[in-house]
Amino acid sequence: MSNPAVKVENVSVVFNLNKEKVDNVKEYIIKLLTRKLRFTEFRALDNVSFTIEKGERLGVLGFNGAGKSTLLKTVAGVLKPTEGSVEVEGVIAPLLELGAGFDSNYTGKENIFLYGATMGYSRKYIEERYDEIVEFSELGDFINVPIKNYSSGMRARLGFSIATAVEPEVLILDEVLSVGDAKFKAKSEKKVKSMFAKGVTVLFVSHNTPQVRRLCDKAIILDHGKIIAYGEVNEVCDKYDELVKGGKK
Amino acid sequence: MGEKLENLKIVKNSKFLSDFVKYRFLLSEIVRRNIKVQYRDSVLGIFWTLLQPLLTTIVLALVFGGFFGKKADGVSNYVIYLLCGRLLYDFFNQSTKRAMKSVRLSAGVIKKVYVPKYMYPLGNVISCFITFLISLIILVFFIIGYSFTDKAVPITPYMLLTIVPIIVLFLLCLGVGMILATTAVFFKDAEYLYDVFCMLLFYATPIVYVLNSMNMNKYVQLGIMANPLYSIISMFRACILDGQMFNLNHLWYSLAFSIVCIVIGALMFRKKQDKFILHI
Repeated sequence: MSNPAVKVENVSVVFNLNKEKVDNVKEYIIKLLTRKLRFTEFRALDNVSFTIEKGERLGVLGFNGAGKSTLLKTVAGVLKPTEGSVEVEGVIAPLLELGAGFDSNYTGKENIFLYGATMGYSRKYIEERYDEIVEFSELGDFINVPIKNYSSGMRARLGFSIATAVEPEVLILDEVLSVGDAKFKAKSEKKVKSMFAKGVTVLFVSHNTPQVRRLCDKAIILDHGKIIAYGEVNEVCDKYDELVKGGKK
Repeated sequence: MGEKLENLKIVKNSKFLSDFVKYRFLLSEIVRRNIKVQYRDSVLGIFWTLLQPLLTTIVLALVFGGFFGKKADGVSNYVIYLLCGRLLYDFFNQSTKRAMKSVRLSAGVIKKVYVPKYMYPLGNVISCFITFLISLIILVFFIIGYSFTDKAVPITPYMLLTIVPIIVLFLLCLGVGMILATTAVFFKDAEYLYDVFCMLLFYATPIVYVLNSMNMNKYVQLGIMANPLYSIISMFRACILDGQMFNLNHLWYSLAFSIVCIVIGALMFRKKQDKFILHI
């Protein structure tokens, strides 16, 4: 019985490295005329395919620059793959870098609505969850203070509370479980686990193999944009730990 | 391969509508945010939407009134003439500039979460439109104020027809805003160039002077008449100052110009929006 929630098929993402540096007309014209406008191709993802079944929790392991963030961005729909296709079934909640949608002149309360709107929810839907969000974030009276006066921990706590208050079908976690102090960390891990119990599908990126073992049931290792291992979480984590040790030698 | 592309397009089109419905709250939040944040922390707050055109019109009337005001043949009230031009130009100037920067300024969101990106230029044009509508109150004050003097402007039902040039202007701003927003993502220089262009446009639009009373080169005059802002402002003034129906040629020209801008803007934006993330 196959019931995929996320289906990634032959996805490649190619960046033109030089292209990003030319950002003014003068430079562009000069380079065009002198024919120095050569693009070096960089394949951030190279023919990546995998599926995540509904309710499955997939860990994504890999060294820096292996293409993990690119993969998450393509699944979140932010980045379009150069080749291949990504299909996602159901509501997707990206927990990539919390607080990206905040306006610093806005108060916490106003930001809850703005952030919710950015994620595609209606006013009514957010109003229903407003109390829950404020309570979970432990901000209390600070909710009516402009965000620019918040500490980074307070911001992250608010972002986490909003993102998890909704009931997504697919959850993308990008090392967000290291938010706030130890107390909030334990609380947020508990919250994510309670979402697991409801059968949410998870894509989790981390360097921390113990955490991946604890939260996921399957895992992949990315290296230079290619999947080099795919399987049960413990097998893959063992392999990753070996790779890390190998790198240290 | 070609077939696959066709399929993708169909999916995209239906997605456009469902996206708009899903994210309409985002649009209203962007509009609300822009208006709220603009005047936050200032003592007079939203009153600035009235005070600013009032004060700038006074300055313009002082500077140009003596020179152009005397030459303003066929204009019953130079101050209201000035205010009409100033208010409409200001909306165009503000909304297109903000739409232009909107995509770059929301890079934080666009890089992390999927959102329909056109919401940002659209939301900025709408928020400027709302402050523009509020600022029209100052025009009402002026008309009432002058009604007790010998320079009174006739109050006629044609004043209600100003809704037509206002709608055309909104469309023009949206079209130009979309074109600029797309351009600015790839060439940041465009923002500086556009500042200069807007200054030129201020003088290339009969805001402080009256076109017919100037001894202008024929080609310069034609150039000014090709400016859609001229047509729109003329329509607006005909309704307010002269109490008569506007010239329909002005309507067809400016409407056609605005619709062409919107089509070009929408096509450019749609074609390039997937590449935005690589440049902002």
